[in-house]
Amino acid sequence: MQGLLGKPLGRVHWSNKAAKTGPLAHRPDNSAFMQQRLPAWSPMLTTSTVLPFMYCMAVLCLVVGVSLLITVQGTQEMKLDYTEAGTCNNCFQSLKNVSNAGKSCSCRVVFTLEHEFKGDVFFYYGLQNFHQNLRKYMDSRDDAQMVGRKQNLKNPSSYCEPYIRDEKDVPIAPCGAVANSMFNDSFALQYQGQPGDPINTVPLYRKGIAWYTDENVKFRNPPKNKSQTLAQVFEGTTSPPYWQKPVYLLDPLDATNNGFINEDLIVWMREAAFPNFKKLYGVLVRTQEPFTNGLPAGNYSIDIVYNFPVQYFKGRKQVVLSTVTWFGGQNRFLPIAYLVTSGLVFIIAIFLTVIWWKFGKDAKNMNE
Amino acid sequence: MNQLSPPPHLASPHWPLSLLPVPYCNDSLLVGRVYMYVCTCTTVHVHVSLNMHSVLLSQDNAIRTSKYNVFSFLPLNLFEQFQRLANAYFLVLLILQLIPEISSLSWFTTVVPLLLVLTMTAVKDASDDIVRDGRYYLLPLSECLSQADLLLLTSSEPLNLVYIETAELDGTFILKCVFPTGEVRCEPPNNRLDKFKGTLTVNGQTYALDNDKVLLRGCTLRNTEWCFGLVVFGGPDTKLMQSSGKTVFKRTSIDGLMNVLVLCIFGFLAVMCSILAVGNAIWEVREGSVFIAFLPRPNGVNAGFSAFLTFWSYVIILNTVVPISLYVSVEIIRLGNSFYIDWDRKMYYPKSDTPAQARTTTLNEELGQIKYIFSDKTGTLTQNIMTFNKCSINGKSYGRTQCRGDKTQTVDFTWNELADPKFVFHDPSLVELVREGDLAAQHFFRLLALCHTVMPEEKTEGELYYQAQSPDEGALVTAARNFGFVFRSRTPESIRIMEMGQEVTYDLLAVLDFNNVRKRMSVIVRSPKGKLILFCKGADTIVYERLHPSCLKLKDTTTSHLNEYAGDGLRTLALAYKDLDDDYMEDWRRRHHEANIAMDGKEERLDELYEEIEKDLMLLGATAVEDKLQDGVPQTIEQLAKADIKIWVLTGDKQETAENIGYACNMLREDMTEVFIVAANTRDVTTSISCFANVITHNSSPKAYALEKDLELELLRTACMCQTVICCRVTPLQKAQVVELVKHYKQAVTLAIGDGANDVSMIKAAHIGVGISGQEGMQAVLSSDYSFAQFRYLQRLLLVHGRWSYLRMCKFLRYFFYKNFTFTFVHFWYAFFCGFSAQTVYDEWFITLYNLVYTALPVLGMSLFDQDVNDRWSSQHPQLYSPGQLNLYFSKKAFVRCMMHSCYSSLILFFIPWAAMYDTVRDDGKDIVDYQSFALLAQTCLLIAVTIQLSLDTHYWTAVNQFFVWGSLSAYFAITFTMYSNGMFLIFTSTFPFIGTARNSLNQPNVWLTILLTSILCALPVVAYRFTLIQLWPTINDKVQATGPYDMHYVNYTLDMYCMYYIIYIYIYVLYVLYTSDVPCSRFILCTTLDMYVLY
Repeated sequence: MQGLLGKPLGRVHWSNKAAKTGPLAHRPDNSAFMQQRLPAWSPMLTTSTVLPFMYCMAVLCLVVGVSLLITVQGTQEMKLDYTEAGTCNNCFQSLKNVSNAGKSCSCRVVFTLEHEFKGDVFFYYGLQNFHQNLRKYMDSRDDAQMVGRKQNLKNPSSYCEPYIRDEKDVPIAPCGAVANSMFNDSFALQYQGQPGDPINTVPLYRKGIAWYTDENVKFRNPPKNKSQTLAQVFEGTTSPPYWQKPVYLLDPLDATNNGFINEDLIVWMREAAFPNFKKLYGVLVRTQEPFTNGLPAGNYSIDIVYNFPVQYFKGRKQVVLSTVTWFGGQNRFLPIAYLVTSGLVFIIAIFLTVIWWKFGKDAKNMNE
Repeated sequence: MNQLSPPPHLASPHWPLSLLPVPYCNDSLLVGRVYMYVCTCTTVHVHVSLNMHSVLLSQDNAIRTSKYNVFSFLPLNLFEQFQRLANAYFLVLLILQLIPEISSLSWFTTVVPLLLVLTMTAVKDASDDIVRDGRYYLLPLSECLSQADLLLLTSSEPLNLVYIETAELDGTFILKCVFPTGEVRCEPPNNRLDKFKGTLTVNGQTYALDNDKVLLRGCTLRNTEWCFGLVVFGGPDTKLMQSSGKTVFKRTSIDGLMNVLVLCIFGFLAVMCSILAVGNAIWEVREGSVFIAFLPRPNGVNAGFSAFLTFWSYVIILNTVVPISLYVSVEIIRLGNSFYIDWDRKMYYPKSDTPAQARTTTLNEELGQIKYIFSDKTGTLTQNIMTFNKCSINGKSYGRTQCRGDKTQTVDFTWNELADPKFVFHDPSLVELVREGDLAAQHFFRLLALCHTVMPEEKTEGELYYQAQSPDEGALVTAARNFGFVFRSRTPESIRIMEMGQEVTYDLLAVLDFNNVRKRMSVIVRSPKGKLILFCKGADTIVYERLHPSCLKLKDTTTSHLNEYAGDGLRTLALAYKDLDDDYMEDWRRRHHEANIAMDGKEERLDELYEEIEKDLMLLGATAVEDKLQDGVPQTIEQLAKADIKIWVLTGDKQETAENIGYACNMLREDMTEVFIVAANTRDVTTSISCFANVITHNSSPKAYALEKDLELELLRTACMCQTVICCRVTPLQKAQVVELVKHYKQAVTLAIGDGANDVSMIKAAHIGVGISGQEGMQAVLSSDYSFAQFRYLQRLLLVHGRWSYLRMCKFLRYFFYKNFTFTFVHFWYAFFCGFSAQTVYDEWFITLYNLVYTALPVLGMSLFDQDVNDRWSSQHPQLYSPGQLNLYFSKKAFVRCMMHSCYSSLILFFIPWAAMYDTVRDDGKDIVDYQSFALLAQTCLLIAVTIQLSLDTHYWTAVNQFFVWGSLSAYFAITFTMYSNGMFLIFTSTFPFIGTARNSLNQPNVWLTILLTSILCALPVVAYRFTLIQLWPTINDKVQATGPYDMHYVNYTLDMYCMYYIIYIYIYVLYVLYTSDVPCSRFILCTTLDMYVLY
């Protein structure tokens, strides 16, 4: 390459100059481009641009920071680590024994909300130290199978290694390590205003928890004719080895929420970027009292079907109750970062002003 | 030549040659056998039958032999292709990617394009080879002169003379030779244009063949209807190719620095990958082993093996730090900047219709770093248009220097019908003297009319044109012509002149050629009266050594005249003659012939013979020829000196002449009190130099003569303390020695500029050679890197083009390293969060397109258009040149600073999004910290941050730059939304899994606030730092920028032309980006495109 370019190129005719004759045949054209005189704008870092810009930036960051902080303060969040909390400790201990891996274990944790959660309340489950972002783990899925390709249903992609087929060579649907490790605890939230009050089951809406595009485009069930049931469609496949229920029976209550379009599955399949993450489990239904304004303060309990083993990887399990704003959940980093940046910029701006005042103002250094 | 008509006395001959390339003896080759026979063909061919093993006539357009056969093709071709560093590098990466355990990026993204380029290149090579495969060719004579060196056989002219013009060699020649049948042996191919050694054997008799009998490639026939020749050397073996093609491949200092940096980066890459591999091993032991339930491994946990694989996986991911593609980009930028030189109207010389030309496209930025200029004098500083100005005849000086308003004094030459009307002389007394019949004066002009190698051309009676090898000669012959001694025509055996209206023909017995060692030329003629005379003209010192003792008194007066002339800056020659007697001449001619046909020691024997006959000469007088300074030379030298560039003049002229020119070009000034002259060839030079070294002040200007080995360092030390250095009486070899000396000991970037063949060695020795295309042929230009017509363009070449090229290259390198390091470091930080599993932060497509589409156009725009100050300010403030000389803009330090900056930026660009997104959700409570959303956020932050950095670096925002920057950003969003669309996912499901990410993520305020924060944090320190620097320590650039309002240029240009260039540039650009993005097929297209240009 270099040898090639290093070769003298000779005179290159870009235009039809060769056709020109006469005494000035080889005169280059007087175009602005060739003469490097294209009209141009040359901004410079002058005092009159930099200093006002700096102060403006400081003010901007301050305004953004303050308004974000106010916004974030308006959100409420409650986190509850239930890995070994309450009766769940029994389940935790029992799951330590590998032979109990398949067995269901129920437990209950209780907590109290000091303040009312106003507005929409979102119920999340959280996992800590679960590496959904390992390269091999992330790759171990077949999007073509999950979008309902008949071909891929029975012949999962090799990416699904090591969960393509079971020992009997039956294809796994959904294949891959991601689907296999799907979170399978389930929660039922109860509200008891004061001890002795009647216990209300907190209604959670378990649909609409995944991205619209995921629900409607990325995940589809394999095509079926009207006479077929979902179970028949999935005939000839087996469920992932860690699953207790087949894919077409994931949601016993809602037949339309089964198969690859089961929303819990969809939510799980959107792998988290970091080892600590939370995933949406349900949204508070605010149609009936006392939940029309959100979650009232008081005592709550959660009945948990404790299936998901975390002790293998030193993980923790949480439930998170949170309200959201236009800014999202309760993350105070950005507001604080903006405030800090504002301060920094302000200090730098003052520093630059001083420098300009002492050295640059009279252009002392410029007139040498 | 195509319209050959067979000569009446000769039917068209064919010359079948059977080539036997076996070396005949140590240094001679048997070229072929020549047969002449008669046939009746109408077209004339030299019929060449090639032996298969022959290389003599191979390797060029017409005659080739094939390189591959059917079986060897595939392995050989592949082997050749993978010898290219870039291909080999990609092959290694590909092999790594093919291992599933390692592959961290999709394997097909590399393998398909690589296969494609290999196939295409192979097909191209194969088709080339099929074309090349031939064993038998007819070679039309018309092509011979453009392809080969010919041995002249016969021609249309009487006595088989051929008149040729060798514009590309050096001067005009007459060639002569004829022979019927025989065998030719000659020396192997070499690069000496002025030498040819060979023998011709005819009927057992051997004749010598010399330079006079060879038509060199590249010459044109003049006044000759046809000729036949035997191809001696073809293609690359021709003397022209041998002498111009053997240039050392020059590299710039930035190239050298880049090589070092690339090695460092390789080391750095290895270190990074090792850290991550160790991290992986630790992680595997502590975390991975317990995560095995969810991600089973076939072989269980093996931390060591896993770390090993991780190392290679990260080599793939982090390979963007090793800028293999950088080389190509750099070449493209240099190419662009070379075109600006070719296109510059301000370096175009209308009088000779010569534009400046960048003959080497790889040295541009070095033009901005020159510290020493070595300049020839004649033809470089001066015009090399000679006018006969003064002369000294028989101890009396005639003529005076031309003054303005002195027109009345010009001599009237109307009495002489053949006079050249353009000739001007200012002393009527000389004409009177000649017309009165003064013998000395007549002999003086007779000598000028006879002793030369000028070719006359007389198309119509009385209209004479002279073709002179050197302008001096032309001037002298023209002077003789005007004074009544008109040179009319010549044959190899005679010269016809008009002496004061009478035609006289002299027999030409011998020509004792001029060369750089002899520094004189003589002819031996026999006058019609039968008198034998030797006429000699040459350098005064040389001629003085050979004078008869009786001339002593005349010598003294002439010497004083000569000194006076030299003091006026005139070029002088001494003239002398000698009468010879017949017997001696007879003997001498015999010995001369013997020496001529000798194979061994011919040169030396001839020199001895010449030395023998050129003695006891009678001095006639001296001539003084004026060579005017070129326009703008003093100003140019002044500006270059202000730019702290040291200018050394190396000339073959006398000291006085050189000194005078020195004053005329402002190199020497009256205020330079101490002028030292170091004489050569004296024993006490060492002491004198060291004495000078002690007393030298800043205003001194010694002219050094000494170049002996042991004095080199002394000379250099002395010379470098001086403001001006003029070296006189230096030979071409010494010129190169001086350049090498400075190059070697001062470690400085040197530039040599010259116009003649005697400057070639110096031009090749210097870092950058500049050729002036002037009066002395093209040889200097052919071996130069840059060429133009006038010395004053050097100012623009260095102060404008050189400066800009250096600035652009450095800006490009700094930015390129910055953007790739920043890009890569983010991966490094992410490794600590993904268990060192070689998971990429960005979408695979972003990785592919980052260099390809999103960032390449803006940086290319910057490195092709950027100007910190415009050209006028650039040349008016030569101080602006100094950063390049001091390597300020790009060095190892700058590179380290670049890396630190990248490191800071990547920390911001990873950890701000990480913290901002931690545990947060969308405004509807749904997921936003998923991998795909985070990848999108990280890549958007990165792209915007590097684009802002580019904008801060760009100082000259043309519409093109604006278009490139905004266009690239828009392209990013457009392409991203397209690739993340439903359609793309449904068609290519596994290729575009990011469906909906852009829509679901980029509509979130917190995402945009994160992007804003990263941008502010990346840009602000840069702005603050630069502003502080400008305020506290303003560089000369800042001052110039602050004092001079940058004027906008609005010029008229033809829109269509502009658009065309633009499209071509974009085309080149597209090739460039394809190349940089691991899509190797573009390399092929690029190669072929450039090949096309070369052919064109």
